[in-house]
Amino acid sequence: MERIPILRMGRFLLVTIQVDMHDQLALTLQDDLTERIVKERAKGVLIDISSLDVVDSFIGRMISNIAGMSRVLDAQTVVVGMRPAVAITLVELGLNLAGVRTALNVEKGMALLQGAAP
Amino acid sequence: MASAEGIRVESRDELALRTGEDVVRLRQGVRERAIAVGLSLVDQTKIVTAASELGRNTIQYGGGGTVSIETVANGSRRGLRLEFVDQGPGIADIGLAMKDGYTTGGGLGLGLSGAKRLSDQFEIDSAPGKGTRIAIVRWKPY
Repeated sequence: MERIPILRMGRFLLVTIQVDMHDQLALTLQDDLTERIVKERAKGVLIDISSLDVVDSFIGRMISNIAGMSRVLDAQTVVVGMRPAVAITLVELGLNLAGVRTALNVEKGMALLQGAAP
Repeated sequence: MASAEGIRVESRDELALRTGEDVVRLRQGVRERAIAVGLSLVDQTKIVTAASELGRNTIQYGGGGTVSIETVANGSRRGLRLEFVDQGPGIADIGLAMKDGYTTGGGLGLGLSGAKRLSDQFEIDSAPGKGTRIAIVRWKPY
């Protein structure tokens, strides 16, 4: 079955979404990440969406869900690399990703996670 | 819309909408056409996102259907027109369905209202038992 790879870097999990995900693939990622947070006792999740040229309400909801679930499991989520056109479109669509921490790039996102779980 | 005076259809492609993979193909097809029409990156992103929302609705609520991707022109102005058609149960209360946050499917309730905000023109035609037809247009600014 097709899956988005999840890498572990110390106490953090790293996901780089590089394909245009169909809805089932997004749901699988959500489930896989939740399981890995528990299994690896991760303190943070970094999701790099710099390759995504579209984030619709389904993917937006998946991002919010992952942030919410990781919070409940004592981990932080940071979403990095959102393209400007995607940000403009998301807000106009009506999604503001409330409760989701964001950073401009992977380096800044990692710094955020390390600051949140020193 | 396409039938309105002065609007000419330059090219037309039709895609079936049955599965999640079809929505991915739809996004790719709309992106290609949006680039060909000359839409800006932001406008491409808006119409691809609107297409993704409406395509998912066609599958989830309409039980599948088709989408027609049309390059259109009105005088010297060009644009992209998408028409989603399904033979599903239809929408009883279109006003309610268009409200932000209203959903019967457990989603965020932003698909229809969001797609309208992301389009320059939006047309919906639906009744219980008659299926649903939604057309949107994004015009290239002068």
